[in-house]
Amino acid sequence: MRILSLSLIIWIFSMDVRFLIDMKRVRKSYPNRVQALNNINVHIGKEEFVYVVGPSGAGKTTFIKLIIRELKPSEGSIHVNGTNLGDLTEKEIPYLRRKIGVVFQDFKLFPKMSVYENIAFALEVIEAPANRIKERVMEVLDIVHLKDKARFYPSELSGGEMQRIAIARAIVNHPAILIADEPTGNLDPETAWSIMGILEEINNRGTTVVMATHNSHIVNNLRKRVIAIDDGRVVRDEWRGAYGYEA
Amino acid sequence: MAMKRRTFARHMREGLKNIGRNGWMSFATISAVTMLLFVIGSFSVLMLNANSFISAIENEVEIRAFLELDTDSDEQQNVMQEIANASEVEEVRYLDREEGLDQFIDSLGSEGEVYESIRDENPFNDALVIQASDPELTENVAAEVNRLEEIETVEYGASILTQLFTVTNYVRIIGGVFILGMLFTTIFLISNTIKLTIISRRDEIQIMKLVGATNRFVRFPFFIEGLLIGIIGAITPIAILVTGYVYLYEFLSTQMPFITMLEPFPLVWQVSALLIGLSIIVGIWGSQMSVRKFLQV
Repeated sequence: MRILSLSLIIWIFSMDVRFLIDMKRVRKSYPNRVQALNNINVHIGKEEFVYVVGPSGAGKTTFIKLIIRELKPSEGSIHVNGTNLGDLTEKEIPYLRRKIGVVFQDFKLFPKMSVYENIAFALEVIEAPANRIKERVMEVLDIVHLKDKARFYPSELSGGEMQRIAIARAIVNHPAILIADEPTGNLDPETAWSIMGILEEINNRGTTVVMATHNSHIVNNLRKRVIAIDDGRVVRDEWRGAYGYEA
Repeated sequence: MAMKRRTFARHMREGLKNIGRNGWMSFATISAVTMLLFVIGSFSVLMLNANSFISAIENEVEIRAFLELDTDSDEQQNVMQEIANASEVEEVRYLDREEGLDQFIDSLGSEGEVYESIRDENPFNDALVIQASDPELTENVAAEVNRLEEIETVEYGASILTQLFTVTNYVRIIGGVFILGMLFTTIFLISNTIKLTIISRRDEIQIMKLVGATNRFVRFPFFIEGLLIGIIGAITPIAILVTGYVYLYEFLSTQMPFITMLEPFPLVWQVSALLIGLSIIVGIWGSQMSVRKFLQV
C-alpha cells in the first residue's frame, strides 16, 4: 500500500505542470546528420532562473529553438507551460510563442519601427485594445528604464538600450517564461550587468528566466542554477553552479 | 476566427505605413508598375484602334453583280429579293448603270475626265451591290449569286480580298500574341520587383513570427500594401492615357479627318479599368506569393 501511494505521488509529480519546461529524452539531429542534442532531460520550474552554458556549437541555441518550437525534436517529448509541443499544429505555434518572451543576441528589433511601435507590435498581435497598448508599453518601458526613448528608432539607440527594448517587448504580454539567447553577447561588461539587473528583476516578479550564455563572469558572480551542455549532452545541472569552463 | 475591427484597422494603417517605411523600395515598385502599365495601356489602345480600322476596311468589301441586259424591272426586283433573303447576305442595294458610271469616273479622280466622253455609250449594266454578313463569306456569296440566271457577271476583287484577309488575320494574331506576351512580362516584372522588396524584409517577417504573430497577421498588411501599390502605380498611366487619347482624338479628327479613331468614351474608361484591375491583382498576388515563402519560422 505504501509503495503504491508513493509511486502514485511520483507519478503525479512527473505529470506536474509546475515544470514550465519539461524535456524528456530529447534528441535533435539536423538533416546533415549533425547531432545537435542527445538524450536531454531537463525540467525547469516556475520562477526559476537558469543559465544554459557551454562552448559554441554545443547545442545551446538548438535547446532554445526547441522550446519556442522553431525546431521540432527528432525524438523525445517537450512540454512548455503545460502544452505538449509534439501535439502542436502549425496554426497553434503563435499562441505558444505569446506565452514565451524571447530575447536574442542581435536584439531582433524591427529596424523601421520606433521603440514604441516595436513593443506595441507584440500587443497588437494579441489584439489588445488601443488604450491598453499605450498603457502597457509605457509600463514595460518603465521597467527597463527607457521611458524617454519611446519615439526613438533602433538605429538611434546603443546596444544596451536596444537589448532593453527587446526585453521590454519580450515581457509585454506577461509571459510565463523569458528566454534569452546570449543577451549580453554584444555588450560591454558594464552594460551586460545592467541587463542582468533587469532580467533578475523580471525573475523576481515571477517570470521564469532561461538564459543561454558564454559570459563566465556573470555566471560566476550572479549564482543561479547552471545547466551545462557539451557536445549535445547535459554534462552538469547544479543549483548555484559556476560556469566551469575557461572563458 | 473573426478578426477584430481594431486589428483590421491596424492592418490597414500598417500597410499604409509600410509604404513610407520602405520609401525607396515602394518608389521602385510603383515606378515599375507605372512604366509597365503605361506601355501595356498604350499598346492596348493602339491594338483596339487597329482592330476597328481593319474591321472597317473589311466591311467595305462588297460584291457587284451586274444584271443581264434583258432583265426587266420585275425580274430585277425578284432577284434582289431572293438574294436579300439569303442568310449570308447582310444588305443588297440597287445601283443603276448611270450611277455605276459616275462612281467609276469618280474613283479615277482627275484621270476620270477622259471617260466623260463615253457617257453616251455607258459600258456598265445595272447592278446589285451586295454585302455579305461576314466579310470572309464574300467569296461564297459571289459564287452563289453568279449562278443566278439574271446575273451576267460578278466582281469583288477576288485576289485582293484573299490577301486582305490574310493580312488582317496576321495583324490580329500578332497583336494578340504581343498583348499576351506583354501581359505576362508585366505580371512577372511587377511581382518580381515586389518579391525583391519583400526579400529584404524577411528578417522582419521572421521576428513577427517569433513574437507570436499568426500567418494571417503577418500577411494582411502586405496584402494592403500590394493593393495600395497597385492603385498608386495605376494612377499616372491612367491619367496620361486618358488625357493623351482624348487630346489625340480631337487633334486627329480636326487635322487629319481621314484617320478614324475609336470614340474616346467609353474606351478610355474601359482601358483604365483594365489597367487598374490588372495592377491591383498583380500587386496583391506578388506580395502574397513572396510573403508566403518566409512564413515558415
